[in-house]
Amino acid sequence: MSAAPPNPGGTPPSEPQVQTLACPSCGAPLTVRSMGRAVTIVCGHCHSVLDAKDQLSVLERFAAATSKDTPLIPLGSRGKWRGAVYEAIGFQVRSMEADGIVYSWREYLLFSPYKGYRYLTEYNGHWNDCSVVTALPEAQGTSAKYLGKTYKHFQTCTARTTFALGEFPWQVKVDDAIRVTDYVAPPYVLSSETTGSETTWTLGEYVHGADIWKAFGLPGAAPKPVGVYENQPSGLRDSASRIWIAFLGLATALFVIFTLNQIFSQQERVFQEYYRFSASGTEASFVTPEFELKGRTSSVEVRTDADLSNQWIYLNYALIDEDTGQAYDFGREVSYYTGVDSDGRWTEGSRHDSAVLPSIPPGRYYLRIEPESDANLGLLGYTVTVTRDVPVTEIYLLAFAALLLPALLFSWRSHNFEQMRWAESDQPKSIGGGGDE
Amino acid sequence: MSQPAALCPSCRAPIVFRWSSSVQTTCSHCKSILIRTDVNLERVGVVSDLPPDSSPIQIGTSGTYENRAFTVAGRIIYDYDEGSWNEWHIVLNTASSAVGSAWLSDAQSQYAVTLAVRAAPLPALAAVQLGDRFTWSKTEFVVTAITEARYRGVEGELPFQYWDKQEATFVDLRSTGGDFATLDYSDAEPLLYLGKMVDFDALRLKNLRAFEGWS
Repeated sequence: MSAAPPNPGGTPPSEPQVQTLACPSCGAPLTVRSMGRAVTIVCGHCHSVLDAKDQLSVLERFAAATSKDTPLIPLGSRGKWRGAVYEAIGFQVRSMEADGIVYSWREYLLFSPYKGYRYLTEYNGHWNDCSVVTALPEAQGTSAKYLGKTYKHFQTCTARTTFALGEFPWQVKVDDAIRVTDYVAPPYVLSSETTGSETTWTLGEYVHGADIWKAFGLPGAAPKPVGVYENQPSGLRDSASRIWIAFLGLATALFVIFTLNQIFSQQERVFQEYYRFSASGTEASFVTPEFELKGRTSSVEVRTDADLSNQWIYLNYALIDEDTGQAYDFGREVSYYTGVDSDGRWTEGSRHDSAVLPSIPPGRYYLRIEPESDANLGLLGYTVTVTRDVPVTEIYLLAFAALLLPALLFSWRSHNFEQMRWAESDQPKSIGGGGDE
Repeated sequence: MSQPAALCPSCRAPIVFRWSSSVQTTCSHCKSILIRTDVNLERVGVVSDLPPDSSPIQIGTSGTYENRAFTVAGRIIYDYDEGSWNEWHIVLNTASSAVGSAWLSDAQSQYAVTLAVRAAPLPALAAVQLGDRFTWSKTEFVVTAITEARYRGVEGELPFQYWDKQEATFVDLRSTGGDFATLDYSDAEPLLYLGKMVDFDALRLKNLRAFEGWS
């Protein structure tokens, strides 16, 4: 017995221990890496499927050309993966057909004499790290449960082994048809593989090609993933949730400030006067007496109430600071029309108008008013009322919209990501169920 | 652990028991299979060469299962259609110094620890099918594999005589919570073993076998 226990998760290995044999079919050297565990070995030269348990007798042969599918992780590559050293010992290409199109993905079998097997699967640059499960999952209609977590049915297909290289602890058969069902809960995918009466479950976790390239010291860069994969974590979904939480917090704060503003607004009337105007007159422009805006800088409402009946008046206002001459100019149109037609009585416009200046410092002010109208509308009467510190609403609505917009945008993007994911599924209708927040 | 010393009746090499209740052992020197009687050791056969083996576990490996330390004392090797697996006989050391025998199975590096359990009438083999459900110890198990195995060999200490077997059928069952059960139909009366699937790292194994090129 060795005194020092070997360390399965220890320093990367020296030289791989291999057993070299010759292929009985073509004589090419065969490398055996999994120490007597191999059940099937596929010759890398002539693609004969050899029975490792029966003196390498030739069982059958893959017709594919070697150059057609080159393993991205060469057999014999070693790397520290998930805390232990693993060696790539087997490679197989599996294919499924849907709507007349053949989809192929690649599986790399990894081996550690201590931790056993796991595999890396690759489709369109999307990778998964898969292991056989320990507890028993339960399929329930369109979902499956495993260790308390629910996985949604994604697709069921018949997968065929179209090409293989290296060694496997199971019997590899050319074009062996296996019923594969995937259930997803990103970043995880729970898969069942059924042949005859036997079902094997594996759990895969979405991993990045770059991490594999680094772990196994592969040359170049990992191929860029194309599209959205079934169990690819969205990221957007988490961001969307976080943004909605932030939105909720800020909207609440906004509502509190809004409410306080409504409650504590003094609504102090500082000026009111009734005027008459006729467009036929000469000097239209005039100024009001002075009035004082006391207290703190606050909003100021200039309200116009005009006695109109199928008439209009346009008022050029300027709120002017007596001391500094600072003027706040704004124009308001007040018009009111009414009548009766085939649909009944109608009205348009309003006799009342309100303009709020958001932030006016205290001081002595007056208004300069320049009314305009149509000469043949006659004499028009209107009341001008100035009130300081009125509650404001629009600014809060604007702020609310500014908060809402990014949250909606993220949700929409997240929804799109889920759309792309589920578009490839047998269950496209489950988008609404779990796609967006 | 008590270690009653004796001599191999065949080659006179000293035989040391790791577990006082062992019924059978093998002589590490001459490979004789030895049965413990009331008074001495009786040689009943010899171990044929064991198949090349890839289990990282060996006799003397120690580890932990559910906070109890254990030592590997022996094993039975079985062959089946897809290869072979090891049932390592482990001796659990409890806080109360009561020592019990259990099994650590290593099938393609899927590890499970089970203990023999006395249970009410167990199903006859003919009545068991894949997918059947049974409840033991308030846990529902589902039959996941029925394996016809061939006895391949033994090594070290075992809690019973097990040297003249040929074939045996095992029914494996699992639960949704990671529990594992085996119905052993080696003898006329079925035996039930209950336990858990265990992760290699969780076993915290020491004194593992060294693999050339993997140290």
